[in-house]
Amino acid sequence: MFGNPSNMPGSVFDELWRLQQEVDELFGSWSSPLGIRSVPRGSFPAVNVGQTPERVDVYLFAPGIDPKSLDISIQQNLLTISGRRVLGTAEDAEYYRQERFAGEFRRAISLPEDVDPERVQAKYVDGIVQIGIQRRESMRPRQIEIH
Amino acid sequence: MATNSEVTRRGSGAATQESSGSTAQRAQSAEAPIRPPVDIWEDKDGITLCADMPGVSKERLNLRIDGNNLVVEGQVQLELSESAEALYADVRSGLYRRSFSLGGELESGKIEASLKDGVLTVRIPKRAELRPRKIEVQGS
Repeated sequence: MFGNPSNMPGSVFDELWRLQQEVDELFGSWSSPLGIRSVPRGSFPAVNVGQTPERVDVYLFAPGIDPKSLDISIQQNLLTISGRRVLGTAEDAEYYRQERFAGEFRRAISLPEDVDPERVQAKYVDGIVQIGIQRRESMRPRQIEIH
Repeated sequence: MATNSEVTRRGSGAATQESSGSTAQRAQSAEAPIRPPVDIWEDKDGITLCADMPGVSKERLNLRIDGNNLVVEGQVQLELSESAEALYADVRSGLYRRSFSLGGELESGKIEASLKDGVLTVRIPKRAELRPRKIEVQGS
């Protein structure tokens, strides 16, 4: 009698959903399996991971946090970072936009298998947490010379 | 040292389990600027804007008034070795950019800005003569 409101043609939600789907398809994440610990696009903090034969570097784009409040742990090759971002609120002010993330966050990143959890260094520069993890020597590709 | 865009250009490569699962090369959007998220609020003296721009140092921040617009721009710099390749990247551009049009009641010549831990704070004062004034009713 009432029909399903979500079936209404041209509903703005339909449009958004379709757009989201198209974006996902464009980026290839629609057809391929999703990482079991992956988080939605746009989650705080954004993460980049770079590697060289010697080390793996994880960059967390986490501006305006107290680095001491971060909880960074590594278990074998699973790196977990959690923390909380507190944003002050201006008093006697009217907000027009509040787009910046506030609250608790957590991300788990699985690294290559050969990282050495004993050799990790972290620093905080310009709002980026950089975590560098050395790889085990034995796993590195080695040049073999012919004599 | 290299900029973030080098890592981002190399695309997704072998993804980790936590990546969105894509092993295909992503769309060529590496250099499309990122719109930094902002908070904007107004009090009786002016307007304050806070923008998240992680990875931008003072030297790589470009804040300018272009006509009636406030343009916020910054370049990301990551410490990484020349030979580094990307395993996973949420951030695929090395550039932040966003602009805001200012009203005539704002003193664009008296803007103050600070940058700390990747957060840009811009304070735009209102012209003194245009600040709201409370009018007291005089008693007898």
